[in-house]
Amino acid sequence: MTDTTLKDGSKLGSGVRRRISLPAIPLSVALAIAWIIAMLVVAALAEKIAPYGYTQLDLRNRLSAPGNVAHWLGTDELGRDVLSRLLVSIRISLLIAFGATAISAVVGTTLGFLAAHFRGLVEQLVLMLTDFQASMPFLIMALAVLAFFGNSLPLLIGLMGLFGWERYARIARGLAISANAQGYAAAVRQLGARPSRIYLRHILPNIASTLIVSTTLVFPEVILMESGLSFLGLGVQPPMTSLGNMVGYGREYLTRAPWIMLAPATTIVVTTLAVSVIGDWLRDKLDPTLQ
Amino acid sequence: MGRYFAIRIGRAALTIVLVVTFAFVVLRLSGDPALMILGPEAPPEVLAAFRKAWGLDDPIWFQYLDYFGAIAKGELGRSMRDGRPAIELVLERIPATLALTVPAFLLKVALGIPAGIYAALHRGSAIDRAVMMTAVAGFTVPSFVLALLLVLVFAVQLGWLPSGGQDSWRHAILPIATLSLGGAAVLARFTRSAMLEVLGQPYIRTASAKGVPWRMVVTSHALPNAAIPTVTILGFMVGTLIAGAVVVESVFAWPGVGRLLVVAVANRDLAVVQCILLLVALTMVTSNLIVDFLYGFLDPRLRAKGAHA
Amino acid sequence: MSAPLVEVSAISRSYSMRSGMFGRATAVHAVDGVSLSIPKGETLGLVGESGSGKSTTGRIVLGLEPPDRGDVRFDGKPMAALGTQAWRTQRARMQMIFQDPLGALDRRLPVASQIREPLDIHGIGTVAEREDRVRELLRAVELTPAHGARYPGALSGGQRQRIVLARALATKPDFLVCDEPVSALDVSIQAQVVNLLCDLQARLSLTLLFISHDLRVIRQISTIVAVMYLGRIVEIGSADDLFARPEHPYTQALVSASPAPGRRSAGRIVLSGDPPNPAARPNGCAFHPRCPRALARCASEVPVLSAIGDGRQVACHLVTGPHVQTRDAA
Repeated sequence: MTDTTLKDGSKLGSGVRRRISLPAIPLSVALAIAWIIAMLVVAALAEKIAPYGYTQLDLRNRLSAPGNVAHWLGTDELGRDVLSRLLVSIRISLLIAFGATAISAVVGTTLGFLAAHFRGLVEQLVLMLTDFQASMPFLIMALAVLAFFGNSLPLLIGLMGLFGWERYARIARGLAISANAQGYAAAVRQLGARPSRIYLRHILPNIASTLIVSTTLVFPEVILMESGLSFLGLGVQPPMTSLGNMVGYGREYLTRAPWIMLAPATTIVVTTLAVSVIGDWLRDKLDPTLQ
Repeated sequence: MGRYFAIRIGRAALTIVLVVTFAFVVLRLSGDPALMILGPEAPPEVLAAFRKAWGLDDPIWFQYLDYFGAIAKGELGRSMRDGRPAIELVLERIPATLALTVPAFLLKVALGIPAGIYAALHRGSAIDRAVMMTAVAGFTVPSFVLALLLVLVFAVQLGWLPSGGQDSWRHAILPIATLSLGGAAVLARFTRSAMLEVLGQPYIRTASAKGVPWRMVVTSHALPNAAIPTVTILGFMVGTLIAGAVVVESVFAWPGVGRLLVVAVANRDLAVVQCILLLVALTMVTSNLIVDFLYGFLDPRLRAKGAHA
Repeated sequence: MSAPLVEVSAISRSYSMRSGMFGRATAVHAVDGVSLSIPKGETLGLVGESGSGKSTTGRIVLGLEPPDRGDVRFDGKPMAALGTQAWRTQRARMQMIFQDPLGALDRRLPVASQIREPLDIHGIGTVAEREDRVRELLRAVELTPAHGARYPGALSGGQRQRIVLARALATKPDFLVCDEPVSALDVSIQAQVVNLLCDLQARLSLTLLFISHDLRVIRQISTIVAVMYLGRIVEIGSADDLFARPEHPYTQALVSASPAPGRRSAGRIVLSGDPPNPAARPNGCAFHPRCPRALARCASEVPVLSAIGDGRQVACHLVTGPHVQTRDAA
C-alpha cells in the first residue's frame, strides 16, 4: 500500500496528480529511514545479535563503564550487559508502539467510517467520544486503567492502542463524507456495490496517504507515552525490559553510572526524531493540508 | 452567542458525565468495588454495610445513578493506605503542584510566545531556525529524559542545585525548568505557525499595500488574529497542568498531586485515583470552557453571527 | 411509442437550507410535482438552467435519493428502497453517467478494473468472461485494450467519459441517466461523445434520460424533450415538434437563444430580470417576473401542465387559458 501511495500520490478532490520522484530524498530523511530500518532489524534479531542474555548477571563486572571489550555500553548495577538489555528493550518498545499504533489506526478508521456511513446517532456518538478522548489527558486515563486492572503486556498494548484513535476517526469520517457526497464513492455506490466494497476497496486506498501521515504523528507519541509509563514503573514490568523501564532504573545510578540511562534515553529521542522527520517529509509530499 | 455558549456548557457537562461513567465502568469491571475501595483487610460487616450503603445489590443502572449521587455529594471514598478521605489527601497536595506548574506555565508563555512571534517576523533567520530546532527537541525529548539530563548537569556535575525534595525555593528550579522548556518550545512553534498563517492573509497584504506602517500592521492586524488559535492551545496547556506534573514530580520527589497519583496507582489505591481523575477532568473542562468563552469574545465572526441569532 | 420503461408520478423533493451557522432553516423546493414517462428505447431530454431541479429529478428517477412525495416505477414495478439488497441488484439494470468523469472514477485503479467492477459486484460471468467483456466494452466506446491499463489521470476528458460509459454499460442496463455528460468536455469532444451515445442508444436499444442545459445537445439526441423551470416542468413534447413550435414563453426564449440550422437567428428573445433562485420562488407562475408576456393572473395563479394535442403539454396561462392563439407572436 505504501508503494502505490508513493507512486500515485494524489490528494483527494484536488484535480492535480502529483508524482513523487523517489531519488530526491533529503539527507536527514535518508538518515531517519536508515535509523528506523536499523531499529526494525534490531527488534527482529534482538536475541540473536545480543552478546549476552538480557537478564544474565556478571557480578564481577558491576557498573563497569562503556568502552571495554566485554561490554561495549558498560554494565548495570547487577553486571547485566547494557547493550544486550538495550537491544531487547528496543524490541519490546517497538512491539508495543507498532501494536498500539495498528490498533488505534484500525479502531479509529473503522469508527470514522461508521460515523460517515450511518450519520445521525452513530455519528454523534463517535464525535462525542472523539471530543472526550481529545479533551482528557491520555496519561491520566492510562494511569487510572492501570490502577484498576493491574498490568500485563497485552493490556499495555491494548491500552496504548486507545491512544490517538480519535485523530484517525476524525480524518476518516471527514474524508469519507466528502468522498460519499460526490465523486468516486457515489459512483461506485450507484453501481450497486455493498458498503464494505466502497469503504475498503475505494475510499481506504484513496485516504491511505493521509492516514499514513497521521500514523507518523501518533507513533512517536506512543513511544513517549509507553516509555513514560515504564519510567514511572507502571508500564512494562521487570524482568521484562523496555526503553523507558531502563531509563527508570538507570536513574538510581545517575551519579555513578549515567550510561545506563543515557543509552536508552538517546535511543528514545533519536527514534521519535526519526519518525517525526519522516512524517514531516511525507506530509509535504503526500498531504499538504494536514498540520 | 447564547446558543454558542449553551452548546459549550452542554459539552462540558457531557465530558464530566463521560469521565464519571468511565470511572464507574472501569471500577465495576475490575472486581468487587467494596473490596477495591475498602481494601482486603476490611471486616465483613463493614463490607456488608458498604455494599448496602452504596446499593451494590440494586440493579446496575440504579447503582450507576447512585454513583453519580455520591460523587455529587463529594463522597469519593477513603484511601486504602491510611483510611483518610481521598479528597482530603488530594486537596492537601494541590498547593505543591501549583507551586511548580503555575510558574512553569508563566515561563512557558513568557518564553514561547515572544520567541514564536520573533521567529515568524524574521522567517529564515538564525533565531527562527534555532526556535524550530528547539521546538523539535521539545517534542522528541521526553520530560523524564530532560529532567534527568538537567539533574546530571546542574546537580551531579556542577553541584549548583539539589536533585530532589521540597526544602527550599532552590529545589523548585529544576522541576520548573523541566516543565517549562519543552512547553515553551511547543508554544513557540505553534505561535510561529499561527503568525505565519495570519501574515499570509490577503488583509495583511492589503494593509501594508495601503501604506500602513509595518509595525502597525503587525500590532493591530496580525497579533490579534494570531491570538485566537494561541489562546486555544494555552487553554489546553492549563488543562494539562496536573497531568504534566506527574512525571516531573516523580523524578524530583516533589510531593504534589502527580506524585500522589503515581504512588496511588502503584498501590492500587483506587479511591485516590478516582478522585484525581475527577479533579483532572474538572480542570480540563473548566479551562476548555474559559477558552471557549474567550474565543467567543476574540473572534469577531462569532460575535457577528451571535448578534443575528 | 411502446410501453413506458420509467414512469414518474408527481415527485417532489425539498431540502432545508441554513444561512450561516446560526441562521434559520428554510425549505428549498428543488423538485415540485414532476411527472414524466419514458417509453422503452426512447431518449427524454430534460433541459433547464442550473437550479431548475433537473439533476435532482435525475437522481430521484434513478433511485439515488427518495422523493418526499410521489413515486417512480421502473418496468411497471416500484423502485426498491435506497440501500437495500433489492436496490443494489436493481442497479445492474439502470446506470448513471456523470458530469465530471474524473470525479466519478477512482484515481488509484486502472480503468479496466473499474469497467470490470460492476461485473464483479453483480457476480456476472467467470473471470475470463469478465476480461472478455471489458475488452468488448472498450471497443464499443472506441478505445483500445491498451487504454484499459491506464489510470484515469493519464487519460483525456473525452476518454475518461468513454470509460465511465463503458462501465455503465457493463451489466447491459436498460436505462441510463446522463447528467450533463458532455458539459465538462471541449466542444469538439462533445460532439464525438454525443454521437457515440446516439449510436450506442440505437444499437443497444437503451432508454435514456438525458439532462443538459445545452439545447443543441438535447436536440441532437432526444426524441422527447421536457423543459424545467424552478422545479416544475413547464413544457413537454416530442423533440421535433417542440423545437419547431415552442409554446411556453420560456421555451421560446431558450429556442431563440440556441442557433439551429435552417432557422434565422434573428428575433432572439432576451430574458430580463434575475436568474431563477430556488430559495426564493416567485408566487404564481415562477417564470412571470422574467416573462415578456406575463399577465396579471400569472403573478398569483400557478399554471397547470395541460395537454394541447400531439402529446404536447404546456404550463402557461397564455397557452392553456383563453389566449391559446398567441403562438404566432414568437
